[in-house]
Amino acid sequence: MASSTGLGKSAPDNAVSDDSERTAFGEAEAPGADVYEDMPAQGNPSVDVASQWQLMRWKFMRHKAAVVALWFVIGIYAIGLFCEILAPQDPNETNGSFAYAPPMGIHLFEEDGTFNPHVKGLTSERDRLTFRLEYAVDPEVIIPIRPFVKGDSYRMWGLFEWDRHLFGTVDPEANFFLLGADRLGRDNFSRIIYGTRVSLSIGLVGVALSLAIGLVLGGVSGYYGGRVDNIIQRVIEFLRSMPTIPLWMGLAAAIPLTWPPLGVYFMITILLSLIGWTSLGRETRGKVMSLKNEDFVIAARLDGVSEFRIITRHLLPAFMSHTIAVTTLAIPQMILAETALSFLGIGLQAPVVSWGVLLQEAQNVNTVATAPWLLLPGVAVVVAVLALNFLGDGLRDAADPYAK
Amino acid sequence: MQTEAQLADRPDAGATEPEMADDVIVDVRNLRTYFPTRTHVVKAVDDVSLQLRRGRTTCVVGESGSGKSITARSILQVVDAPGRIEGGSVRLRTAPRDGREAEVVTLTDLHPRSRAIREIRGRDISMIFQEPMSSLSPVHTIGAQIIETIRLHEDVSKAEARLRAIELLRRCEIRDPEAAIDSYTFEFSGGMRQRAMIAMALSCNPQVLIADEPTTALDVTTQAEILDLMRELQSSYGMAMMFITHDMGVVAEIADDVVVMFRGKVVERGEVREIFANPKHPYTRRLLDSVIKLESRSELKPPEAEIVEAQAPTILSVRDVGIHFPGKTGFMGKQFAGVRAVSNVSFDLKKGESLGIVGESGSGKTTLGRAIASVRPPTAGSIVYSGAGAPVDLAGLTGPALANYRRQVRMIFQDPYGSLNPRMTVGQIVAEPLKMNKVATGKALQERVADLLEQVGLPPAVMERYPHAFSGGQRQRIGIARAIALDPQVVICDEATSALDVSIRSQVLDLLIELQERLDLSFVFIAHDIGVVRYFCDRIAVMRKGEIVELGPASTVCDAPTHPYTKALLSAVPTPDPTQRSMHLRARYDDSAE
Repeated sequence: MASSTGLGKSAPDNAVSDDSERTAFGEAEAPGADVYEDMPAQGNPSVDVASQWQLMRWKFMRHKAAVVALWFVIGIYAIGLFCEILAPQDPNETNGSFAYAPPMGIHLFEEDGTFNPHVKGLTSERDRLTFRLEYAVDPEVIIPIRPFVKGDSYRMWGLFEWDRHLFGTVDPEANFFLLGADRLGRDNFSRIIYGTRVSLSIGLVGVALSLAIGLVLGGVSGYYGGRVDNIIQRVIEFLRSMPTIPLWMGLAAAIPLTWPPLGVYFMITILLSLIGWTSLGRETRGKVMSLKNEDFVIAARLDGVSEFRIITRHLLPAFMSHTIAVTTLAIPQMILAETALSFLGIGLQAPVVSWGVLLQEAQNVNTVATAPWLLLPGVAVVVAVLALNFLGDGLRDAADPYAK
Repeated sequence: MQTEAQLADRPDAGATEPEMADDVIVDVRNLRTYFPTRTHVVKAVDDVSLQLRRGRTTCVVGESGSGKSITARSILQVVDAPGRIEGGSVRLRTAPRDGREAEVVTLTDLHPRSRAIREIRGRDISMIFQEPMSSLSPVHTIGAQIIETIRLHEDVSKAEARLRAIELLRRCEIRDPEAAIDSYTFEFSGGMRQRAMIAMALSCNPQVLIADEPTTALDVTTQAEILDLMRELQSSYGMAMMFITHDMGVVAEIADDVVVMFRGKVVERGEVREIFANPKHPYTRRLLDSVIKLESRSELKPPEAEIVEAQAPTILSVRDVGIHFPGKTGFMGKQFAGVRAVSNVSFDLKKGESLGIVGESGSGKTTLGRAIASVRPPTAGSIVYSGAGAPVDLAGLTGPALANYRRQVRMIFQDPYGSLNPRMTVGQIVAEPLKMNKVATGKALQERVADLLEQVGLPPAVMERYPHAFSGGQRQRIGIARAIALDPQVVICDEATSALDVSIRSQVLDLLIELQERLDLSFVFIAHDIGVVRYFCDRIAVMRKGEIVELGPASTVCDAPTHPYTKALLSAVPTPDPTQRSMHLRARYDDSAE
């Protein structure tokens, strides 16, 4: 008797010998045909040949919140990438006579109904008692807003000089504060947009670094086990047991004051990731440990597969998807850490513009009371962190498409 | 057959609600439970009707994916998302209780999270599951869990509930119930846990007990005891019992009525003797045939005597092998005791022979198999392989010599899901050993892989597909293709068929027999299932607690065992014949005798 293949349409074996019985059952439902319940009897050709990444994409797409979050994240990173064009003004241009100027609303039509997007001008007057500038809208002064105007010039990505902005005032000298101005009369909106670049990239650079450390040390720890594992795990425990804020403060204080702001920025990133790799290292270790005892890895060893190939071909793909998810969840942590450090004044320093630096302006209760729009960088942090967290959650759920 | 009249086809239950006969406690009509997936809807339960009667055991039998568990879960309305009950009705006749009259409640009309259905779960209908470890809480004592169940449904004091719990444990034959009530689940063995689970299920004198494969995770001797207990309790409590299983032997042993399910539909139902004596549906017949087929030696194989008495050379010689897992040295230098998994095992495997190693869980059979496959070296003794040229001892092998040994002694794994890398296509999986040992490259490699797949009964076109496209039996075939890719001499099958459905099992065994003939293979076949070993093997070694207690030709070990443990093991295997219920007559082997 030839063994029946049991593949979808194959003939049922000897138990059903006579033809009338077979038709009574129908071809598609060959009794006992070796097909399990998740599959239609005929198989699904697209699923059958779908690779790990294809299955992950399908699973991810079903997670609606994560898909929305993905578009948010793409949007936020696009803002960071094109901030020079998107920001209507130079973020560092000060204007003393517009300190704490309130946000200006954009009007699309003039009073007589003609289409002319504009903001109304502001008149300022110093209060004689408090010496504070009091602003009032001057309905007579109309500052027209247009797309693709010439404005403050900038070096795009440090490559070429340009002066076009996505939108802005027709008159380059006019003042336009969409989300208000800060203590020195700088445009809050432009500063939040510029802050996106720094705040989000510090997350990326930092996570990339901690990913490298975490993967290598966690992988070694899990794969070899024994004494190496013991040492690495104790180091992780030591690092995790330290109170983070004082440690950051200490490390930040050790950075020479004479360094340029960008140097400090990189130093901070490295410091954050030197402490931030531990949870990633632990996750990697656990994953490698459970994977290396899987039957398919043992089978590969018995097949004569070299250790290098076992790691690259069998282990890495199995936890790469998972690692991507963990990484996505680590970026918001980095963003929050940078914000906290800069807020405390030990992270990034002006003139670098980041969300944390911007929030420094809102440390004073009096300031917040008079200019609540200075808290808006905090909203940006919340949106970015939430979007990345939702994205990470979706990725994590999709990361192991073979889990039951 | 008293059931036949009520079981005859009826018009849709939704239109008219026919009266329930007096002894019917649960009446399931036209139940449909569907699971929507990305591309289509899986009809897990498709128009199922069945009745559970007072004092009778209804076995729902079917292979994996037949929807038998989902039917049980639908009755209690505990179907996991995204599954949904789409239609049909489940009605329950409640017992008169607290001065309330018996009434008929339609369970499908109740909200799955309503108070009404929660009161029914555990009080009127209780359920026990396959895996006793995960259905009992590990952080509470057995007693606390039983007392909680009692007090949830009845207004009794703690002390009273405790007395009842002790009584329940005693009825479930748990030794020393006064002490056992305060122990935790991890202190219990698998069989004891299942007893505790049964005690908990019975705590409120339910009218219906649903048992979802309650003995599948247990060893056969333990299974026999649990079946005994359940049968005894069922008759003394007068419950209706719904017993879900895939094992026709268990059905023959315990059922009064049988419902056969296939792909979500009921294909046949009837009284147990009738079903076994005169199965009408081809699927039932097929199911029975594949069980009965495994009751004797395969007809594909040459007579046993021919192989046992043949003067074939010894290909693998295992001498005094011991495998000891050392204990850890804890903090402050405390020594923890190790585990002696295998001790003093010796046997010879002759060329062309199939040697079965049988034992219950923890007998060390898998550890021994892995040692022979060179996954983990033995701590004592020697494994000498003399397949090609001079005999070599596995212990001294390294580098190319070890690679060569691994080429000739191959392994087939138990779990067809875990043993194939889900991220590689079938073609890549089967090609890997060929590529790694530089046997073939390029076009020759492709042809060789196609040829191997054909040898195991799969069309070469499946090369492009990933393992998730295949069922358990097909995956096991892929695993076999990988094992024979390097023209091995010896193949170690570690429970190679135990994860498969019974009808697939014999197909895979037949494939192995066919390959053995064609490729002149020798097998070390590790299994816990006597039937499979008797079907496939020429000689059988019975292992217990790391030692071989009996070794001899298959027919001698199976028909005239000498060691009392072998006798106990064999007599605990349920026979697929309801007219010869013999389990209560089984031989018992007392641990403490040693």
